[in-house]
Amino acid sequence: MTSARKLDLKVYAGLILFGIITPILFPNYTSQVAVMWLMVLMAVTWDMTGGQMGYNSLGNVIFFGLGMYASAVVQISMFADVAKYTASFGAMYVEFTEVQYFTGLSLGIVVGGIVATLFALLIGPFMLGLRGPYFAIGTLGLAVAVAELIAGWGYVGAGSGISMPVYPGVAGESTFVWYILLGVTALLAHLFVRWLYSTQFGLAMNAIRDDEDKAEAMGIRTTRYKVLTWAASAFFLGMGGAIFGNMSGFIEPLEVAFPTATFGIFMVAMALLGGKGTLWGPVLGAILFHIVKEATWTYLLGWQWVALGAIIIINIVYFQQGILGWAQDKWPAAFGLTVDRGPEDQPTGDTRPEAAE
Amino acid sequence: MNSSQPQIEVKSVSKSYGGVVANKDISIRVPHGRITGLIGPNGSGKTTLFNSIVGYHPIDSGSITFEGQEISTLRVPDIARLGMLRTFQQTRIYKKMNCVQNMIISVSHRDEGFSGIFKQAKDRETEQQAEELLNFVGLYQKRNLISGDLSFGQQKLLEFAMALMNKPKVLLLDEPTAGINPTLINGLIDRLKRANEEFGITLFVIEHNMRVIMNLAEEISCLSHGELLATGSPDELQNDQRVIDAYLGAH
Ligand SMILES: Nc1ncnc2c1ncn2[C@@H]1O[C@H](COP(=O)(O)OP(=O)(O)O)[C@@H](O)[C@H]1O
Ligand SMILES: [Mg+2]
Repeated sequence: MTSARKLDLKVYAGLILFGIITPILFPNYTSQVAVMWLMVLMAVTWDMTGGQMGYNSLGNVIFFGLGMYASAVVQISMFADVAKYTASFGAMYVEFTEVQYFTGLSLGIVVGGIVATLFALLIGPFMLGLRGPYFAIGTLGLAVAVAELIAGWGYVGAGSGISMPVYPGVAGESTFVWYILLGVTALLAHLFVRWLYSTQFGLAMNAIRDDEDKAEAMGIRTTRYKVLTWAASAFFLGMGGAIFGNMSGFIEPLEVAFPTATFGIFMVAMALLGGKGTLWGPVLGAILFHIVKEATWTYLLGWQWVALGAIIIINIVYFQQGILGWAQDKWPAAFGLTVDRGPEDQPTGDTRPEAAE
Repeated sequence: MNSSQPQIEVKSVSKSYGGVVANKDISIRVPHGRITGLIGPNGSGKTTLFNSIVGYHPIDSGSITFEGQEISTLRVPDIARLGMLRTFQQTRIYKKMNCVQNMIISVSHRDEGFSGIFKQAKDRETEQQAEELLNFVGLYQKRNLISGDLSFGQQKLLEFAMALMNKPKVLLLDEPTAGINPTLINGLIDRLKRANEEFGITLFVIEHNMRVIMNLAEEISCLSHGELLATGSPDELQNDQRVIDAYLGAH
């Protein structure tokens, strides 16, 4: 336990150091690495239900997109009429003072998280009644439906989207702001899950993953745990969406806010790649996936999707437990797991109840 | 509480699966603090009756009360939180978690407050209880192993220990000795008796093995083809011609 704890602290320190040094040494890569932090956030929050609880959602982008739209509405509505603003398709230029802008942004991010959470609390009891592939397909369907609803809602600009308020500071500075916000949100999310997984709550999540019927038979309030877990992941993802919307500068339902076929699949792929149901697997998976994605974009243009698809296929066909899952099987002691190597071990025999007395 | 009132009272319960009548008009009383047995050939409806009692499926007709409260309309987790647990014929544990974790998450959820669920899992007191009970069933040496790696018999013992961790009032055990090495069965019978005597847990035990149940239970009911054939002491049942026929006829 303590050695695992020390290792955790080292990894945090390393990542924070990397996070601070990168924009200083390689300022040109700031926005790429900012997106990498977003990917980490996505994989970590997806794994809360997918990895730790066995509920594989294909629709978590709902929370991302709702956070993004909620934040946009809050940021605009504080100083302008939202319907008029969106109807002008970006032609209506509202000059925000720095104070106005940052007040709106801060509030928008928090409200983005809260709206996503409320939505999860609302749909959770129904959606989480579905199991296995039904939950996966149900959440995917819901994400598509929510995107369609937003695309048809004039107040938020429908399919034409919204031009976000323009960052008031010096040109180029904003990238660093998004970088810091996404990095800090990812870090907070990870610190949160690390704590959560160490509690009774965390064990309940794992019990639901291993055998939900048994958990119910033991009196565990499974619905409560499932809904709260999803709501917590929605909170962080909603904030991530709010920040990313501002970083994009322009938001619309299909490609930016509810991208089921890209981010929606990536978050699953990243958690699987790194090792789902482990503390650091989703982080590792997100970083590797993002590096491959950016590298193939730069050097293998046109082959990017083939490369990413190949990673997913290899992962799922040959390597289901992911990198850390595989490492955990190979070196269990390093992960605080114990393997039976005792002399009284009988691989196929039965136990001797008398033995302990 | 009225001491003459049984802890569980099953009254005229019937349950069919489509055309198959699995339980027909069954009435059984399980008294407080005793060990009661349920026997019958394979397919006679024993597990179905357990499932009805713990709320796994709705019953077609009849009534089931637990300490005087009608429970036939409650669901599984609600009944579990009243203090009535069951183990499964096909052993069920949390296979990717280690034994101690399996135990810790099995604590009673009866009066768990909202803040209680955020308690650190490695709470010393709970861990100690877990270790004591693992010791009680003879699994202390295996406490840090992933439970899915245990042998079948060990998994059964773990499931039993998990149930004890919950401090239930009543424990329904579905064939606790099935699949356990015959030389180890006596040790298990001894533990079941101690759970009943020392922890005061009422036991209601399905058992296929006649020798085991005769050793264990004070009163036994026998099912056959979904119907209650007889209820009585081990001696009475052993000499009951209908019971003997049911068992012989079934093989
Ligand atoms: N879920 C089910 N669906 C359909 N039939 C079932 C189901 N469960 C049990 N049965 C049938 O009900 C009868 C009683 O089964 P069960 O209660 O499991 O018997 P026992 O536990 O005494 O061996 C059997 O004929 C069995 O095939
Ligand atoms: Mg059975």
